[in-house]
Amino acid sequence: MKPRETAISIRGLRKAFGGQPVYAGFDLDVKRGDILAIFGPNGCGKSTLINMAAGLLAKDGGSILYDGREVSEVRVGYVFQNYREALFPWRRAADNIRYPLRRIGLSRAAADARVAELAVQFHVRFDLNRYPYELSGGQQQLISIMRALAVEPEVLFLDEPFSALDFETTLSLRALLQDVLKATRITTILVSHDLEESIVLADRLLMLTRRPTAVADDVKVALPWPRDIAALSSPGFVAIKARCLDVFQKAVAA
Amino acid sequence: MRALAAPVAGAIGFVLVWQIAVWARIADPVLLPSPTEAFTDTWRAWTHGTLAHDTWRTVQRTALSFLIATAIGVPLGVALGAKERVYRSVEFVVDFFRSTPASALFPLFLILFGPGENTKIAVAAFGAALVILFNAAYGVINARRTRVLAARIMGASSPRIMLDVLWWEALPQILVGMRAGISLALVIVVVAEMFIGSTDGLGHRVINAQMLFESGLMYGVIFIAGALGYVLNLLFLVIEKRFVHWAGK
Repeated sequence: MKPRETAISIRGLRKAFGGQPVYAGFDLDVKRGDILAIFGPNGCGKSTLINMAAGLLAKDGGSILYDGREVSEVRVGYVFQNYREALFPWRRAADNIRYPLRRIGLSRAAADARVAELAVQFHVRFDLNRYPYELSGGQQQLISIMRALAVEPEVLFLDEPFSALDFETTLSLRALLQDVLKATRITTILVSHDLEESIVLADRLLMLTRRPTAVADDVKVALPWPRDIAALSSPGFVAIKARCLDVFQKAVAA
Repeated sequence: MRALAAPVAGAIGFVLVWQIAVWARIADPVLLPSPTEAFTDTWRAWTHGTLAHDTWRTVQRTALSFLIATAIGVPLGVALGAKERVYRSVEFVVDFFRSTPASALFPLFLILFGPGENTKIAVAAFGAALVILFNAAYGVINARRTRVLAARIMGASSPRIMLDVLWWEALPQILVGMRAGISLALVIVVVAEMFIGSTDGLGHRVINAQMLFESGLMYGVIFIAGALGYVLNLLFLVIEKRFVHWAGK
C-alpha cells in the first residue's frame, strides 16, 4: 500500500483543564516527512497538543490519527525538555539508547549495532559507557535525541528540546538534528518558545493564539537546507521572522 | 587521614572529660568508674565472660527482625506507592503505628507471640517494617513523572515500568528507610532484651550490670550498643553511596 501524503491528521480536537477550554474543535494536518514547528504565547497549549498526539495525555474529544491509525499502533519518539528527568541515571548512556530497542524486541547484539550506527550518524566523540550525570547538558540531550530516534520512529515529538542549553550547544545540536531529520525524513513536531529556532528547523511553522487555541498563521518555511548560521541572516529568513513577529504580537494582543 | 583527625580528637576529648570528672569526684566512684576501669571490666567480660555472645545475640536478633521487616516493607511499600489512592487510604494507619512507641506494643505482642524469642523479633520487625514501608511508598510516589512517561512512550508495559523505572526511582528512598529501619530494630531489640524475659543480649546485660552495681561493665555495654548502632548506620551509608551512585546528581 502506498502511504498517503498526510502523516498526521487531527480533527475536532477538544481539551479543557478545570473547565477552561484549551482546544475546542482544533484541526491540523501534517505532511509526511515535514518538520512542523509550533510557536505561540505561554499557556496556549503547545505542549498539551503534542502530549495528546503522543498519547501521554488523554483528549476530551476529537481524533488524532496517523495514516488512520491510533497513536498506540504507531512507533513514536519523544524528546523531553528536561533531559535530566527524562534519561535513566541508573543506566549508562548506551543503555539508555538501547532501552527502547530492547522494548521493541531487538536482541542485545542488534541493539548494540544500532547504537553504534547512531553514534556515527550523530558524530559522537564522547564515551557512551558513561552515566548521564557524567556528561554535559548538551551531551545528555543528544543521548535523549538518539534514544528517541533509535527505533526509527514514524513520528518524532520535540518538546522545547534546547531550552535548557546554552546558545553554542543549541547551535551544534540543531545542526546535527536537522541533518538527521532531513536524511531520514521523519515526520516531526517541534514545540519551541524560540522563534528563530522554530523557523530554522521547520518546513512549516504554525503560530497559535491564546486559549481557546486556534491557528493564527500557518507559515511555509521554504528556505534551502541545510540551514547554517548564515541562513539566520538571509533575506528569506528575515522576512519570515518579521511576518511571524507581526502575527505573534497580534495574537498576544488579541 | 586528616578526615579522621577531628573525630579522633573528639573521642579523646570525651574520654578526657570523663577522666577529669572522675578525678574531680563529681559522682560516687561506684556510679562513675574511671575510663580505664570501665575498659578493663568490659575487656574481661568480653574475653572471659559472655559479653561477646550477648553482642552476637543482639546482632542476630536485629538482623533477623530487619530482614523480616525488609521482606515485608519493601514489596508492600512499592506496591502501595504505585497505587497512590490505595496508599492514601492506609496512610493514616501506617503513620499512626509508626508514631506509636514500639515499647507500648510489648504487652500486645507478648499475648500474640508468648514470652519468648519470637516477641522480641516480632516487635522489632513490626516497627522497622512500617518505617521501611513508608519510605518505599514515598519513593515510588515521588518518582519523576517524566521518566515514567519516557518509559511508556518507548513501549514499556506497566509491570515493566514498575521494574525499570519506579523501583529504581524509589531505591534511594528505600535505602534511607532501611537505614532508619535497622537503627530502630536495634533500639527495639535492646529494650526488648531488658524487659521481655531474656537470658542474653546487650539489653539483658546492661540492665543486669546496673542491678549488680557493675558500673564499669554497664558503661562498656552501653558503649558496645552505641558502636553497633553507629557501625550499622555507617554500613548503610556506604551501601547507599555504592548502589545509588546517581542520587543527587
